[in-house]
Amino acid sequence: MLTVFLQFLFSGLTVGSVYALVGIGFNIIYNATSIINLAQGEFVVIGGLLMWFFTESLKLPFLLSAVLTILSAGLIGLLMERLTIKPLKNADLLLMIMITIAVSIVLRGILMFNFGKDPYVYPPFTEGEPLSIYGAIIQQQTLWVIGITGLCIILLFLFFNKTIVGKAMLACAVNPTAAKLVGINVSRMVMLSFILSAVVGAIGGMAITPISLMEYDKGPMLAVKGFCAAIMGGLGSNRGAVIGGFIIGILESMTAGYIHSGLKDAVALVILLLILFFKPAGIFVSKTMLQLRKF
Amino acid sequence: MKKVRKNFLVVCVVVLSIFLMFVNAYAKEPYKIGALFAVTGAASFLGEPEKNTAIMLQEQINKDGGINGHPLEIIIEDTKSDETQAVLSAKKLLEKDNVLVIIGPSTTGESMALVPIMNNAKTPLISCAAGAPITQPVKERYWIFKTPQYDLSAVEAIYTYMKNKGIDKVGIITISTGFGDAGKKALHEMAPKYGITIVSDERYGPKDSDMTTQLTKIKASGAQAVINWSVGPGQVIVTKNWQALKMGIPLYQSHGWGSKKNIELAGKAAEGVIAPLGRLVVWDKIPDKHPQKALLKKYTQDYEARYKSEPGTFGGHAYDSIMMVAEALKKAGPDKKMIRDYLETKIQKWPGTGGIFNMSPGDHCGLDKDAFEMVVVNNGDWEILK
Repeated sequence: MLTVFLQFLFSGLTVGSVYALVGIGFNIIYNATSIINLAQGEFVVIGGLLMWFFTESLKLPFLLSAVLTILSAGLIGLLMERLTIKPLKNADLLLMIMITIAVSIVLRGILMFNFGKDPYVYPPFTEGEPLSIYGAIIQQQTLWVIGITGLCIILLFLFFNKTIVGKAMLACAVNPTAAKLVGINVSRMVMLSFILSAVVGAIGGMAITPISLMEYDKGPMLAVKGFCAAIMGGLGSNRGAVIGGFIIGILESMTAGYIHSGLKDAVALVILLLILFFKPAGIFVSKTMLQLRKF
Repeated sequence: MKKVRKNFLVVCVVVLSIFLMFVNAYAKEPYKIGALFAVTGAASFLGEPEKNTAIMLQEQINKDGGINGHPLEIIIEDTKSDETQAVLSAKKLLEKDNVLVIIGPSTTGESMALVPIMNNAKTPLISCAAGAPITQPVKERYWIFKTPQYDLSAVEAIYTYMKNKGIDKVGIITISTGFGDAGKKALHEMAPKYGITIVSDERYGPKDSDMTTQLTKIKASGAQAVINWSVGPGQVIVTKNWQALKMGIPLYQSHGWGSKKNIELAGKAAEGVIAPLGRLVVWDKIPDKHPQKALLKKYTQDYEARYKSEPGTFGGHAYDSIMMVAEALKKAGPDKKMIRDYLETKIQKWPGTGGIFNMSPGDHCGLDKDAFEMVVVNNGDWEILK
């Protein structure tokens, strides 16, 4: 009984950590620009596919591939901001969000042309048997994903709360005009947020590909689930996105395990709706914060 | 001077008559057939090899002098994996291009949408999708044929094999798409006939990344084997989870498993996975005297040489459809009704990539469970089980 429960829990953690990483990506751009970047799922796909390209196709060593993947993803984030968001800096927020949808479609098309429609996979970061805890199995790669998620949260927390650049980025979201008045280069901060969010997405993609495989059109599903995670925890709160991601992942797994696997997506979404009815700002964001939001 | 002119005239006449002969050889009307494939969209993994196959066959047939001297013209339309687009494209092919036959579409949903249209237009359709309702009930499918094997036949092949191994309790896990729904239905439908009990029935979404939970439930239900029914990355993830859990019971896959890519992606986890596969994927393992051997070899090698990828079962469905039509055109001529009658009555012991076809007025597919071989993955390669 315990074994089965633990197995459901581990399965939920595996899936949840993926959602959490995507959720954090949403938050970074949201915190700096109030934009919801719907191309976030594509960043994850780019991470996975580029990592495959560097390690399996070009046969580069693991660390070099990882660095190259992160750099390329950052570059794509930068290009996306400079080419699509910057030219209409003062446009309506809703319009910018629509542009991110367009970018996601374009990116998906480019990925399809370059990688085809097949799924890709490469070996896990560490080879070896899955760990067994009270008879329940947890894959080593899952631990990597959870560890990387944790590391990302800590680094982002330090970045946004302890460094001048991070605080400047937060300031841009709250009030761009005021930020400009105190001498912050708003445009550069927005660019930085896109780079950062692309990098976080790509790191997530690199970590999950050995578990879940990666193909060019996985982005939208990841974006929807990651967005749910971010909303559940409260948009803008990284701690919230992580906990939201794990809650959704575990809920899905428990529903599949104890009720029926056909219902798992439905139950998770119903619970998300319930949370939003009673706490519209999400679990970790207060009502006052909600009023400060533009979107 | 006069002589020169006379010579000149002779040369002119000769040149002209050669020219006319040439024109005559090519003046024969091309036979136009339409093809609807899901080249883009969700089912593009089906439509892509089908389109490639159609282009390759058209070239080969015309290089060999066409059909009774008539060049074959295959007009390919992309349905974008969408029923509405399939209907629109079919109407275009019928009304604007006046095609004799339509090949495809790639998915069951699109094929079903075309049934009434083809019946009204009195034009044969040879679908490249597997669903049983495409050709059943056969009375209402006068003009409709299909080349892929029935899902039921794949299920029968698995159940027959399981019976021999003494397995009678199975857990099934299916993907929540049309393919998985059809498989789930077939698995339930055939189970009583073979005395098999389905003790656990699980599902997952096409983009899910972990199926450990479902497999854990199957393991706890006391099943003696797992049957997974899906196409796409899901079947690889199930295989990996199955191995990680060390379930201790065999894993069976559907006929969607038949691609070397899956073995590559699943790596060591694929060892021991059993599936009913058409002979196309194991063409090099079947005996030389098998009636399908020669054509499978030629098709696979031609396709691989040209497109640098394996044709897979799906390209084979297009191959069978087009070759059947080419034969019907050759023997029965360019008449819709004659082609239909030829397909229904003369495609007998007809070796194709999908199996040996025996069409009849009661069966517009003509394949049964003998179209499949039970194949196990051994050392990263297929091995036919006896």
